[in-house]
Amino acid sequence: MPATKLPATRWIFNLGTSATLGLIIVVLFAFLSFTTRSFLTWENLVNLLRQTSINGVIALGMLVVIISAGIDLSVGAVVAIAGIVNALLLKEGVPLVATVPIALLTGAVVGLLNGVLVFDFGITPFIATLGTVTIVRGLVMILSGARMVASLPAGFAHLSMSMVLGIPTMFLIWMALFAVTWMILRYTQLGRNMFIIGSSQEVARLSGIRLRRNTYAIYSLCSLYAAIGGLLLSSRLSMGVPTAGMGYELDAIAAVVIGGASLFGAAGSALGAVLGAVIMQTIHNGGTLLGVDPFALQIIIGALILLSVGIDQVRQRQRRTA
Amino acid sequence: MSDLITARGLTKTFPGVRALDQVDFSLRPGEVHALVGENGSGKSTLIKILMGVYRRDGGSIEIRGQPVQELTPQHARALGFAAVYQDVTLARQLSVAENFFLGAMPHASWGGISWEEASRRSGAVLHDLGLDIDPRSRLLDLPVAKQEMVAIAKAVFENSEVIVFDEPTALLTDDETQLLFTIIRRLRAAGKGIIYITHRLEEVFSICDRVTVLKDGTRVRTLDSTETDQDGLMRLMVGRSMADMYTIQRLPPGEPVLEVEGLTREPRFRRVSFAVGKGEIFGLFGLVGSGRTEILRVIYGADRPDAGRVMVNGTPVAFFHPRDAIKTRIGFLAEDRKMQSIALPLTVRVNANLTSYPAISRFGVLDVAAERANAASCIERLRVKTPSDQQIIRNLSGGNQQKIVLGRNLISKAQILLCDEPTIGVDVGAKSEIYKIFERLTAEGITILLVSSYLPEMMGLADRVLVLYEGNPMGIVVRRDFNEEKLVRLASGIAA
Repeated sequence: MPATKLPATRWIFNLGTSATLGLIIVVLFAFLSFTTRSFLTWENLVNLLRQTSINGVIALGMLVVIISAGIDLSVGAVVAIAGIVNALLLKEGVPLVATVPIALLTGAVVGLLNGVLVFDFGITPFIATLGTVTIVRGLVMILSGARMVASLPAGFAHLSMSMVLGIPTMFLIWMALFAVTWMILRYTQLGRNMFIIGSSQEVARLSGIRLRRNTYAIYSLCSLYAAIGGLLLSSRLSMGVPTAGMGYELDAIAAVVIGGASLFGAAGSALGAVLGAVIMQTIHNGGTLLGVDPFALQIIIGALILLSVGIDQVRQRQRRTA
Repeated sequence: MSDLITARGLTKTFPGVRALDQVDFSLRPGEVHALVGENGSGKSTLIKILMGVYRRDGGSIEIRGQPVQELTPQHARALGFAAVYQDVTLARQLSVAENFFLGAMPHASWGGISWEEASRRSGAVLHDLGLDIDPRSRLLDLPVAKQEMVAIAKAVFENSEVIVFDEPTALLTDDETQLLFTIIRRLRAAGKGIIYITHRLEEVFSICDRVTVLKDGTRVRTLDSTETDQDGLMRLMVGRSMADMYTIQRLPPGEPVLEVEGLTREPRFRRVSFAVGKGEIFGLFGLVGSGRTEILRVIYGADRPDAGRVMVNGTPVAFFHPRDAIKTRIGFLAEDRKMQSIALPLTVRVNANLTSYPAISRFGVLDVAAERANAASCIERLRVKTPSDQQIIRNLSGGNQQKIVLGRNLISKAQILLCDEPTIGVDVGAKSEIYKIFERLTAEGITILLVSSYLPEMMGLADRVLVLYEGNPMGIVVRRDFNEEKLVRLASGIAA
């Protein structure tokens, strides 16, 4: 890369910082407040907050996998299966206190499967999780008979509608997970291992880090988060929807990369993922309110994903030559 | 007739280090010009600037008397520059003939590629140079030495005016080296300019007309090869004679702390046995491919052996993972630091703790104060030059990076250090510091297993050396019997 280009594109380095992201959010909000009548209403903002919480939780899970230089395309499917498993069990009369852990466990098991495919079978994460997506989606269809599971106990649906001191419970759950993720990344051995494995598996191994158990833990954690997201979504829809979560993995990846993580691993932050998720969902929400053709919106979002990954590539090259 | 290259006042700075400082360099047609200097002296930076890979920060370059402003790799190629680097930069999956014509395959009259012509023409060049290589064979399938000969033949074929050879004989046998020298003499007679980079000072006097010595980014001197000798060059490179730099104080070793019996891992090495005493520096010497690194990796638990056993302090150990070795107080400094020892994108603080995390965690939660303290201790004890412990380790010089690797093993309380080419890519100043550190550590009772390809280093540091040839132990030589010729003969497979 010719050296003369370096100064001109140096600003890209700073794109991932939280300050820049905060600024982008403010600009987005300002833009949407002026161009639509309904964006800045209490009702819409609460709505946005709830939807963002779901994708935000999934993004946090995706973050840990991406930091370790992996990727998980199956999170959308886990969102579906967690919702379906929970719904089916509730319909059978199993109490909520039991269905939730079981649904979460299902998610974690899918994550473990991903971990096994990636570590023990040595399949590259992209392909491994692509395989899992297909398997899990098929499983969801079989379990649900390809039908939505409705008439769930009111208590479950209430979860998504409830508020604590005027703040949606879903948002609080997301923030709690944000705090947990932040602590894991900063203060635990597992968190450090994610960065080290993301920088080089060989270096990690030679430093005494056991790759198997860490890989399992990382993928299971990601799927667990996705399962939580699936339960939140299911509560919001008050039903189990077998086609839930379609496209959620791309949103999660985009959120994480916009937030400063690198698909090459060893970079990223919980705050970045949170802000990235806010940006992604605000665009979704804003697009709908502006009456943008949903398919045109899809194109815009796709372009945004490509843009954020492209910027990541440029950042990576700059890291190497700077 | 004007010089092929006239470079004046070349300067290049990277974050934290001035790689080249006001360096002058010239290359005449029909000359073989050697470029020598320790790692970090600026040799590869100079070459990369001339080849257009790096952009110079200051200074001027004239090619055949014409000033050149911006130099890119394509531009350099167009000017007739070619380089043969140590790691073969050809397309390994393709055939020899395809590599000759990379991107410019000859075409037949009907428009398609003429494989026949490609084979014929490349075959003619190979034959002409006395190389017995089939142009249709895939590069990957050839031994590395032959791959390098192909790279050399290609540079000749392209009729390059200026050819840079970077450590060309590292992988070649004596016969192949002679062949290389014959090729170089022919090129010289044809008026080409050759830049010859080497660590093997004797080669400077075999084949080179002039030699430029670089040290710490500056040009020390350029002289005719007839004006000096190896020791003289060494003195210019390092500022002291060979003997001073590498010799450290040695105390008699203690009880055996590490014993290896019949260690085998095919096809890399077999039936290796030795015992190392406490505080000893035990060397493993041999050519590339002799199995030295593989032996260290097995001792460290990074690879499993086929047979044999390892005993630490008299107790047999079976390591399934480096974690086991670390727990047994064994540390490892890998040969390829960037790929194996350090996490490049992470901070100095994290790298200083890479092996210590389990020790400073309880139930998975880190003691961040201990993490910071470890890093500070590492930086201080080994005098690592870094602005802060939050600096990304990629930005540190090779020597400082290596000190962090060394330091973190000391923090994990390693009693046995397995060092694989510990001073590769390390500048002279840091090298000397590392030797003094080894001297101090072994006096304190830490034992070192040292793999080094550089004989002066090995002979200066080690108490005893096990020489290997293609995975076979050729014998152990003790310090008082050290003799360059003897060690090289053993390393070449000639029994004592």
